[in-house]
Amino acid sequence: MNARTPKEVVKEASMVKQKEMISGNYAKLATAKEQGKKVVSTFVPGNLNELIMCFDLVNNLPEINAIQNGMRKKTGAYIMEAEKRGHSEDVCTYVKADLGMIAKGNIGPDGHPLPSPDALLLSYTGCFTFMKWFELVREQYKCETLMLHVPYEGDGHATKNMRDYIVKQLKEVIIPGLERVSGVKFDIDRLRQILKESAKAEENFVWVLNSAKHKPSPIDAYFGGVYYVGPIFTAFRGTPEATEYYRLLRGEIEQRIANGQGPITPEGDMKEEKYRLVVEGPPNWTSFRDFWKMFYDEGAVVVASTYTKVGGVYDLGFRHDSDHPLESLAEYCLGCYTNRNLPSRIDLIEKYVNEFEADGLLINSIKSCNSFSAGQLLILREIERRTGKPAAFIETDLVDPRYFSPANVKNRLESYLQMIEQKRRGGAPAPSPAAAAAPAVALQ
Amino acid sequence: MSQLSEINQRCASLYDDLNFGYAREWKAAKPGRKVVGHMPFYVPRELIHAAGALPLGIFGGGDQLEVIHGDAYYQSYICRIPRSTIELAVTNRLDFVDGMLFPSICDVIRNLSGMWKVMFPKVYAKYVDVPQNYRDDIGGTFYIHELNELREGLAKMAGRPITDDAIRAAIALYNENRRLVREVYAFRAAEPWKAPAADVYLLMRAGMTLAVEEHSRMLKEYLDAAGKAEARKRDNCRVVVTGAFCEQPPLNLIKSIELSGCYVVDDDFMLINRWEKGDVALEGDPLTNLAHAYIHNSGHTAAKYEDKEKQKGLWLVDTVKKNRAEGVIFACPSFCDPALLERPMLQHALADHKIPFVAFKYAENSGQMQPIREQAGTFADSIKLWSVQ
Repeated sequence: MNARTPKEVVKEASMVKQKEMISGNYAKLATAKEQGKKVVSTFVPGNLNELIMCFDLVNNLPEINAIQNGMRKKTGAYIMEAEKRGHSEDVCTYVKADLGMIAKGNIGPDGHPLPSPDALLLSYTGCFTFMKWFELVREQYKCETLMLHVPYEGDGHATKNMRDYIVKQLKEVIIPGLERVSGVKFDIDRLRQILKESAKAEENFVWVLNSAKHKPSPIDAYFGGVYYVGPIFTAFRGTPEATEYYRLLRGEIEQRIANGQGPITPEGDMKEEKYRLVVEGPPNWTSFRDFWKMFYDEGAVVVASTYTKVGGVYDLGFRHDSDHPLESLAEYCLGCYTNRNLPSRIDLIEKYVNEFEADGLLINSIKSCNSFSAGQLLILREIERRTGKPAAFIETDLVDPRYFSPANVKNRLESYLQMIEQKRRGGAPAPSPAAAAAPAVALQ
Repeated sequence: MSQLSEINQRCASLYDDLNFGYAREWKAAKPGRKVVGHMPFYVPRELIHAAGALPLGIFGGGDQLEVIHGDAYYQSYICRIPRSTIELAVTNRLDFVDGMLFPSICDVIRNLSGMWKVMFPKVYAKYVDVPQNYRDDIGGTFYIHELNELREGLAKMAGRPITDDAIRAAIALYNENRRLVREVYAFRAAEPWKAPAADVYLLMRAGMTLAVEEHSRMLKEYLDAAGKAEARKRDNCRVVVTGAFCEQPPLNLIKSIELSGCYVVDDDFMLINRWEKGDVALEGDPLTNLAHAYIHNSGHTAAKYEDKEKQKGLWLVDTVKKNRAEGVIFACPSFCDPALLERPMLQHALADHKIPFVAFKYAENSGQMQPIREQAGTFADSIKLWSVQ
């Protein structure tokens, strides 16, 4: 018997609301077939939730299933199952967690069976793996797959050709396909209404993200941030529930600012903000709480993160626009974080370090996510060079528990925070652990 | 020395030259000449040629390049080709290259395009996107515009406009080259004992360096010389090698497959050499013709979306049948997302058609060939001894 009683996790009202929303969507999925509802599976970056809503489809998000399963410690077995079935140990663990879950009976994170999708809406945005993922899932379900190819912003900006290409696919492939699957006729005015609702939520969402500019920051924009992005990145953008969630969240944070409080953590209010960090890369989900605790135990607050931009970089000004509905969806897809080229990502991180007055950049490099990870060591060097702030590198994985080494992560984090201390005391800027290992290279 | 030996030796020396002496000399031969590097699996080389530039395939550093700097840019769990490519660049082996094209093959090469922009700002670096929608009025239109953007970028880099006639002339040259490449592949499939896999590999790899006109001449000479050569036919099994379309296997790995009792009758090592499966049309708008060829008459690889579920993997089944192969070897680079994610689906298609297969991974600098030889040898034996004829 464990003599230690686990501390009760502290939750704000918005967290409770979000939990209800996510549970509600899983309940919708579990009962979709008996309710006569059609189900569409789709991805988070470049998701077309507003469009999906126009066809009364229930939205199933495999990435979210993997995350939820990861947090419930279920993904290790799923990944092993997928590997047993011939999937390489080298590839994305979201994919293997999903395929393993399907192989083991397709029981969702909430313990209820997930329905077979009626369509796969493949929004190929910012991640090559998405394309293979849905080809693999299509093998299982043999259902209709609607591919939306979103071109990559290789030169750091969207072009008219890219927008036109997406809009044309929406008009001639995606919308007719969703009409066919759902039996519902597309109504552009309905889409306009939903987009108006999206924009309302987006305003408050951006306010929440920017609240971290306060000192102390009232939020943790990474560990807390992954909760804050929940509704807007998933099946709720465009719903009145999402608008209400962000209104509620904003109110809570306004109160925290008024009270001079820092972020709320699973163990209550954070006592003292000692370090302000920007974090690049997704979190580890299988040890999410332990990972977070390493930060708040040290007084480290994440004031901006790039992971909270994978489903849209709203803080740069983008809002869904009901006056230009399809063009706006195209613009949204193009602008998602991992669809931006590496120089744009570096510029964004530099902006965060400066505007949020961060002490430095921490990169959580994910073993099985090349979209994020390839190039991160250059990002680290560039940010150090441009800002003069120290950067550091840790390595974990998304949902494969074999690749989370708590001692290593903690050790690296503590070393990094000591580096920041040294910098504050006016010591010579210490090279980051990663940069120290790298020989100096003369660039052209 | 026989003509065949001379060709083989020339190809080997081009392959071994990590300073790209041929391309340097080509550039120095006339003022104003440019060289444009590109990575696997496909770029429209016709546009580079039409700009008066030499396309130079950058296929990593192989097993002869010691990667020191490149490792500082990549985590251990990222494949080898980007780090050796960076190594080539930061050690000034690519200092004569005026432009670099990065095809839409995976997230690693995609991100490398951005790294190039940051690290080498004076070099024209371009990510080449290709359509994953195969309707002429959607994906085709998109690709024509992308080609036009690339045309403008290359023209600016070259300091001269790229005319339609110049593109047509380049298409004609590459049509001829692709026809000859297909002939070499057909020749090897018919008489693989006369065209060893390593020799054909080096011959194709030479096409990544040589000017297209020179490579075409070489292909003709090879066909002529290899056709006349005497070679003993062995009781090898006939295999297709797939999965190696980006990071290249070390030459010893290709030799090991053959030494272990397999004739390689088809492969995907350098898809760019025969990406378009037939001639690209010469009449009409050349960009439209290139886009049409990409959409309707190009090869298959993991980087390309298969829009018809029932067709998934059938191209490999067809390749096996067409080349009378007895099995498939999946040779994929470690950490290669496209190849490794694709592999199970291709394996399912092969299993459905009762085609045997074996799989292993490699890195471009893999040194230990004994396990490969054992695996490939056991595979060959199993086919020879137990396959139902």
